[in-house]
Amino acid sequence: MAEERRPKQCTVVLPTESMKAMAESIGVGQLQEESCAALSEEVSYRIKEIAQDALKFMHHGKRCKLTTSDIDYALKLKNVEPLYGFQSQEFIPFRFASGGGRELHFYEEKEVDLSDIINTPLPRVPLDVSLKAHWLSIEGVQPAIPENPPPAPKEQQKTESTEPLKAVKPGQEEEGSTQKGQGATSAEAKGKKDGLMRMKPRSTHELSVEQQLYYKEITEACVGSCEAKRAEALQSIATDPGLYQMLPRFSTFISEGVRVNVVQNNLALLIYLMRMVKALMDNPTLYLEKYLHELIPAVVTCIVSKQLCLRPDVDNHWALRDFAARLMAQSCKTFSTTTNNIQSRITKTFTKVYNNCWLDDKTQWTTRYGCIAGLSELGPDVIKTLILPRLTVEGARIKAVSDGPVVSNIDKIGADHVQNLLLKHCASVIAKACPLPDNVEQYRADYGYLGPMLCSHVVKARAQAALQAQQVNRTTLTITQPRPTLTVSQSGIGGSGGSRTPSIIKVPSSLTLMSTRPGTPTQPSPPATKYIVMATSSGSSSTQQVLWTAVLLFLFSLKYLDTPTHSRLFIFTIFYIVE
Amino acid sequence: MAAVQDGQLNMEVEKDIKTEITNDGSGNINANSSSPGSTSSGGKSKSPAGSGEDQQTLLAVLQFLKRNKLTESVDILRREAGLSADADDSPVSDSAGAGSGGVPNVSADGGDANSLLSRVSIATPVAPPATAPPKATGSMASGGEDQPDVNVVLSAYSQQGDPVLYPLYYNGLKKFIESVLDCHRAELSQVFYPLFVHMYLELVYNNHENEAKQFFEKFSGDQECYYEEDLRILSSMSKKEHMKGNETMLDFRTSKFVLRISRDSYQLLKRHLQERQNNQIWNIIQEHLYIDIFDGMPRSKSQIDAMSGSLAGEGKRDANKAKVFYGLLKEPEIEVPLDDEDEEAENEEGKPKKKKPKKDSMGSKSKKQDPNAPQQTRIPLPELKDSDKLDKIMNMKEATKKIRLSPDNLPSICFYSFLNAYQGLTAVDFTDDSSLIAGGFADSTVRVWSVTPKKLRRVKSAADLSNIDKESDDVLERIMDEKTASESKILYGHSGPVYGISFSPDRNYLLSSSEDGTVRLWSLQTFTCLVGYKGHNYPVWDTQFSPYGYYFISGGHDRVARLWATDHYQPLRMFAGHLADITCTLFHPNSNYVATGSADRTIRLWDVLTGNCVRILTGHKGPIHSLAFSPNGKFMASGATDGRVLLWDVGHGLMVGELKGHSDTIYALKFSRDGEILASGSMDNTVKLWDTLKAFDDVELDDFTAATGHIHLPENSQELLLGTYMTKSTPVIHLHFTRRNLLLAAGAYNP
Repeated sequence: MAEERRPKQCTVVLPTESMKAMAESIGVGQLQEESCAALSEEVSYRIKEIAQDALKFMHHGKRCKLTTSDIDYALKLKNVEPLYGFQSQEFIPFRFASGGGRELHFYEEKEVDLSDIINTPLPRVPLDVSLKAHWLSIEGVQPAIPENPPPAPKEQQKTESTEPLKAVKPGQEEEGSTQKGQGATSAEAKGKKDGLMRMKPRSTHELSVEQQLYYKEITEACVGSCEAKRAEALQSIATDPGLYQMLPRFSTFISEGVRVNVVQNNLALLIYLMRMVKALMDNPTLYLEKYLHELIPAVVTCIVSKQLCLRPDVDNHWALRDFAARLMAQSCKTFSTTTNNIQSRITKTFTKVYNNCWLDDKTQWTTRYGCIAGLSELGPDVIKTLILPRLTVEGARIKAVSDGPVVSNIDKIGADHVQNLLLKHCASVIAKACPLPDNVEQYRADYGYLGPMLCSHVVKARAQAALQAQQVNRTTLTITQPRPTLTVSQSGIGGSGGSRTPSIIKVPSSLTLMSTRPGTPTQPSPPATKYIVMATSSGSSSTQQVLWTAVLLFLFSLKYLDTPTHSRLFIFTIFYIVE
Repeated sequence: MAAVQDGQLNMEVEKDIKTEITNDGSGNINANSSSPGSTSSGGKSKSPAGSGEDQQTLLAVLQFLKRNKLTESVDILRREAGLSADADDSPVSDSAGAGSGGVPNVSADGGDANSLLSRVSIATPVAPPATAPPKATGSMASGGEDQPDVNVVLSAYSQQGDPVLYPLYYNGLKKFIESVLDCHRAELSQVFYPLFVHMYLELVYNNHENEAKQFFEKFSGDQECYYEEDLRILSSMSKKEHMKGNETMLDFRTSKFVLRISRDSYQLLKRHLQERQNNQIWNIIQEHLYIDIFDGMPRSKSQIDAMSGSLAGEGKRDANKAKVFYGLLKEPEIEVPLDDEDEEAENEEGKPKKKKPKKDSMGSKSKKQDPNAPQQTRIPLPELKDSDKLDKIMNMKEATKKIRLSPDNLPSICFYSFLNAYQGLTAVDFTDDSSLIAGGFADSTVRVWSVTPKKLRRVKSAADLSNIDKESDDVLERIMDEKTASESKILYGHSGPVYGISFSPDRNYLLSSSEDGTVRLWSLQTFTCLVGYKGHNYPVWDTQFSPYGYYFISGGHDRVARLWATDHYQPLRMFAGHLADITCTLFHPNSNYVATGSADRTIRLWDVLTGNCVRILTGHKGPIHSLAFSPNGKFMASGATDGRVLLWDVGHGLMVGELKGHSDTIYALKFSRDGEILASGSMDNTVKLWDTLKAFDDVELDDFTAATGHIHLPENSQELLLGTYMTKSTPVIHLHFTRRNLLLAAGAYNP
């Protein structure tokens, strides 16, 4: 890689245009091309030098990220006054502007009101450093505890499931106890060494005693009666690394549980099981794809089953259907690939059931609700192509139930729910897709019975969207950090005029590509503001002064704040450029 | 030295200060050499040489001033120095620089520095004549010997050929080397890199900017990949003015790049260059390269690659010839009072038999003097106090319960994570008995934790202390202030990130070194700062206590390692010779030697008694960040940014192993208490365990390899690797084996 980059290294210098722009920003119109070139080369060299020194500090600070403080220390090493004060936590992006055939990159500057800064509440005090001990290894074996990384990383689980011949579980290697953690690579190497014959390793399905206990505890807590315990158990499933060996058990537990409880119409248990599915999906260390064949039927059952509870008129099984539909959508998003086609298969399933309902008036409202919910969670495109065309028919059916003779309370409730669901999901899609204005008659013509209601919903949705947009705008405004401003005033510019005309240069004081404390995102960054007033003695000729400022200015914009000592570093450069 | 600290340093004098310090320091060596008991006579030599050197320096400065037509200064200086006008009437070479304005100032400064440096290095080695020649101290010495004149140093590159021909020359040589026999090719290829650098610098020096750029672009791709760092620095220098302040390149110019080439290959090269009348290249080779010619088989490519990579080539063979007493000092004989409890426990387990012979063997061992060990009194060591003896006894007791490690019996690892450190953790140390842990942080604080239930307590104030009954048995307990008991204490005092930290063996003191240029000694009784050792004017990257206490070593950005005693505010020894920052320091277990690792990619071993450099170990391809001695003092391990661990035989000065596996900088290395296992911790969030017994056994050391140092490294990293343990995004920055061989690791969790 170095070979390709090296020739480049040699030539990288700052463009002379930058120098010109700097000069212009302080009122020097015509800067000679040679001076620009000389300046840019010199500045490039100094910056590279400083960056190289800053790297040293990074290495000794035992980090892999260069921070602004490293640059400060590197400046100090060169006997240059570093930049004291606050550092911005966030990256301040360059803005781009062009005009008059020239292109400029600049920082967006904002005037900062000191009283605002004073009045903002103080950030939370960061937590103090603390020490925590854990076992990284016990006699050569790494225990699977949350403090350690998962024994089998997700990647490895994936290779295991996709290429079962290649992967060897760490526990089954010959030197498993010692080589743990090297995982797939060493196994691969071994495979090569052994020749072409690669056998699928005998897989053990035994869980250790601890794991069995854990499994028992967790499953009991998940379906037990104590809500606090359940929350804990779900939390454990969602975060613990090293559950992958138990995954087949969990998967079976869920699918069997759903099968039994659907028949028994045990709504509570079904909800608990779905929450387990959610927790499993949330666990970043688990690779679920191998178990989808068990999980998906269970979830789909919870969406479209005719009856999920003992008293359909009272119990809120709709919520379960919604929840399961969301889970389904999530798994489609995560696991759908071109080979397994989960999303299209699921969509097909829903549509088939849905079509049946369409044909068959006798289909339960519950199933219909499930299908619509499942489909609409899959996204606006699905709604547009599969649900919108059926709105008229659906509307007619709802009308029949609500206007017709009261057949059963259950049907009426079902129809209500379906209506609300349709309105909720379709309105936003229509709001985006259809042009203004919203005409009630038009809607009635398009969507039949539901038309007028849809219309009002769409109007509401539009209003809300507008409001949201506004809010978003406003929040971004409030979130936007007051841009730190740095003011440099130089008195007595050369001998050009006797009058002191301080020119104010405002440059944001920080260029932080990396925030120094990425660990505390919650903590609002302290307002980074600084006012530094600098005066240089008049005496040097005006051209020098100007060039000088150009260098300074450039460094400012790169956060290399200058002070008189620093100037000495550069002044000799400019001396011979000018003379 | 205090005056130096006074701030007000400006650009012009920066360089001077640096050298002045070194100068001061060498003076210190002379002054102090008698007090800590240096028995050698070398201490106060060289004063006549020094004055002669002074004279020469003065002349050089005069010449310089004259050349730049600063006649007034010349007059003044001459008057001050009392020199006659004709003393400096030597021909002045044409000044190539665009001399005006600030430039002469700077270059004058550079020149001054050089001559001063050379003077320093003349004064530094207080070597007995038998051992290594002063040349061993590297750049400065050679600068001093060969080019005492400013003119020569400055115009080292002034002899110039036609810049257009440079690529041709280089290409010609390249073609020639590619066409020679395979066995010679690898050896001769070593010439490429230094030649490339010097040709490039020559072009830059003579203001052939564009040619230099083209030259660089054309040939930089051919260089070995491990020189990439240097090439990057090189590439940024495109003007003559840049060369003046750049220390790396200053080193390149003043020190000679050392190559080891077999006689046959050398003859081949010489004949070729002479046939072609290729004077340009021949000049560079003669002037800037030191070719260490040996008789025998040319080395293979892999052999060369194993040893090369340092900033100034390989170490010269004779640099590693001095004898190193790597054996351990005899342990003082302490009666081990076996208390009843212990005895019973032993009896119950039925081990008293085992105990007896063990004790005997220990006794007999201590009677016999290890032939490789230094004399007990070679350097004066502090006397053992009662508390030390108690600790020794504890140590021996614990040692009997030590787990014997082997590839089948790996140590358990306990990991101490620093939480909420926000990437600010820069250094960690454990006490030898593993009761305390200290962390240095980027926010200038040092924190000490107790990892045992025993809390940290401060000694009571003086007023309270006077009320204590001094005769009581538990006086030591009574002096502690119970109210201050806490699990951790914070030590404030530094004004920059704390990069190095080290506990004293008796757990009474803590050392910390910082970016602010000081090393501080803290009392762990009062939790206050006792001394600030000023001397390094630049960041101090590492500091380390001697295993016997009292002495400590520090090294930093100023490239000089300093040896201190806790009760002297000035250093006892200054070890100058590294060409770049000293990144890590370590005492040999017998306290007679000090090892320093540097960003110039070499490790040097220094004799504490004489101040000489006795080993230069090359082979790393990146700055060295960790060092470890095996408990028997015979071997050393080093880890660098290149992610490799190298193993060294200290006695022979040879590389004996290479452990590949890490993918990032290795910040921590430690041998187990018996030396069977080496643990390495790295930025790549892993701890790896290596089988060192096997590594050292696999090396066959016949007389030839011992004599030439050309070793075939076995490619067995994978076999030696015993285990890899990933942490959860926590870089490992310190490792420690407890007395019972439990491995402790530490790092900051980095979410």
